Amino acid sequence: MLAYVIRRCFVGVIMLIVMSLVTFVLFFASPVDPARYACGKNCSPELREQTRKSLGYDKPVVVQWTNFLKGVVQGRDYPDDPELRAAAPELVTHCPAPCFGYSVVNTKTVNELMKEAFPVSLSISIAALVLWLFFGVLFGVIAAVRRGTLIDRGIVAVSLVLYAFPAFFIGLFLLKFIAIKWQWVEVPVYSPIAEAGVGAWMTSLLLPAVTLAVLYMAGYVRMTRAFVLESMSEDYVRTARAKGLKSGRVLFKHSMRAALTPLVTLVGLDFAGLMGGAIITETVFNYNGLGKLAFDANTTNDLPTIIGLVLLLGTFVIVANIIVDVLYAVIDPRVRVG
Amino acid sequence: MTTTASNLESEQLPDPTGAPEGDLSKLKGQSPTRLAIGRFRRDKLSMVSFVVVVLYISAAIAAPFLVKAGVLDPTTFHQDLTDPNTGGLPIGRLGGISWDHPLGVEPQTGRDVLSRIWYGLTFSLAIALSATLIAIVVGAVLGIIAGFTGGWVDAIIGRSIDLTLSFPSTLMLLALSSMGIQLMADILPGGFADPLPNATYVVFVLALFGWPGIARIIRGQVLSVREREFVDAAVLLGASRRRIYFKEILPNLWAPLLVTFTLTMPAYISAEAALSYLGVGIHPPTPTLGNILKSSINYSSADFIFFFMPAFLIMIIVVSFNLLGDGIRDALDPKTAR
Repeated sequence: MLAYVIRRCFVGVIMLIVMSLVTFVLFFASPVDPARYACGKNCSPELREQTRKSLGYDKPVVVQWTNFLKGVVQGRDYPDDPELRAAAPELVTHCPAPCFGYSVVNTKTVNELMKEAFPVSLSISIAALVLWLFFGVLFGVIAAVRRGTLIDRGIVAVSLVLYAFPAFFIGLFLLKFIAIKWQWVEVPVYSPIAEAGVGAWMTSLLLPAVTLAVLYMAGYVRMTRAFVLESMSEDYVRTARAKGLKSGRVLFKHSMRAALTPLVTLVGLDFAGLMGGAIITETVFNYNGLGKLAFDANTTNDLPTIIGLVLLLGTFVIVANIIVDVLYAVIDPRVRVG
Repeated sequence: MTTTASNLESEQLPDPTGAPEGDLSKLKGQSPTRLAIGRFRRDKLSMVSFVVVVLYISAAIAAPFLVKAGVLDPTTFHQDLTDPNTGGLPIGRLGGISWDHPLGVEPQTGRDVLSRIWYGLTFSLAIALSATLIAIVVGAVLGIIAGFTGGWVDAIIGRSIDLTLSFPSTLMLLALSSMGIQLMADILPGGFADPLPNATYVVFVLALFGWPGIARIIRGQVLSVREREFVDAAVLLGASRRRIYFKEILPNLWAPLLVTFTLTMPAYISAEAALSYLGVGIHPPTPTLGNILKSSINYSSADFIFFFMPAFLIMIIVVSFNLLGDGIRDALDPKTAR
């Protein structure tokens, strides 16, 4: 088991290194000058040259990439060019390891930007996860138990219809109608848990979380329904019934236990993807999470932030894959690692 | 949504809906395809969704001709139909609905909403269709090669699949857009004014992040087909690789490919809308369902019909395609039960 985990982590690290190389090649080997974007809209040739040097864009792509990797391992100082650093030592920003880069647009290290945005994204994803997992599994089980009835059809239909609306339409509808026009809930503004307390934190997350939950719920309803139906036709469930167990007990203790195991994989991967920021939802509700950071970075052509975010999100996905595989082997004794 | 379609065993299974026993004289042999079509036609929901999909596609094909004939007019301004005193809202109830403009007119410009939505459908479907076809062709070819060849070829393709799936696709789509669209504008004739560079970029990048999932499904299918006798026979007869790939293996994959197709289309229709919201994608005056929806956001409460219609149409086509995909899967795989 341990050997398996170590091997997976090793492969994961290699994947990340390759991923960073691919990202660098994609963004820097293109015919477009990255310094022009990093420098901003009103950019003189001299300023552009300076930006190029301070970010290290004057060096070949491979050198930039190795510098980036070095920065991740041991931190680095900006501006990148030693002459510029010597010329203005008071402007030098140290970016401690693991350094993901320096954003000229925000005059902050990318790490600081991500550190500010991460709690917002994490909060939204947790709230959404709780909602969609609870309602997805609940409705999925109800639909399976009431299979073929109007209730079953209704649940499956409603979840599919909600899923099929574009996510930003659902978000905007909730924001503009439920919150602003009809004022059923307050217009959501993110309130950190440390400042506003748990209650305000939770209410502030309601609408964005509902938007995301609606998007993911349909899949979970379907999966839960299918898995529960499948496990209900298993022999051991029939045995449990035959020995006279109450149907509720059979459902929860016997059938659902087997049915919900496959959901672990799905939950892990979906959550990891969300944690990296829901670009559309965060933009709709104007919550400054990682997704909004990505959107803004793209609007201002803030390349270092974009690269940092791509690699952070890639890390989430790769780590989640490893955790999910290991967890699955632990939960399901039939799975053999190797 | 994952596809686990498998019609591999259907050939050996008896027709589950076959003629009653004892009436053997009427029993006629039917090909698996005929059986599947029969099962599909008995499923009312699948037939309805099939009809809806066909209607959408015919409408999309007809739109350019109707525009040329002057029946639909998505570009002419009718500013006399909007009221400058209310910030350009359409005159009349429900967004200015009249005989000439059955769905009303657009705020500010007064363009006919029905024409824009109808013509926009053409662009949305064309983008989704091109991206789906490219993703499926690339995914199928690489999946077949990986699954059949095995060894280091399989390892390389498998790693590429893992790597591509680890990239945050929405963020990459967004982040690569300014460079990607510029690149497309340089390559393609027409320049920035044309919708072509934007459309090509969206198609290309959707396919770029879409093929790995398809390749993974196909690879799994190939692994099970490859062990069967007819493939061994072909190898022994000295058939060329190309013949084995495309004449022996590919015909066994059309069922999962068809299901994948019907489930990828709706995902890309939604993706086009999401990208339009984020500002990537085709810009007005060329209409797509996504950019119409985006331009309607500011009028969501003042002109609800204009806000709701594009989202509603997207919802209907996405639901229909999903149901169609499920129906085809069930029809091709008699073991599945809903």
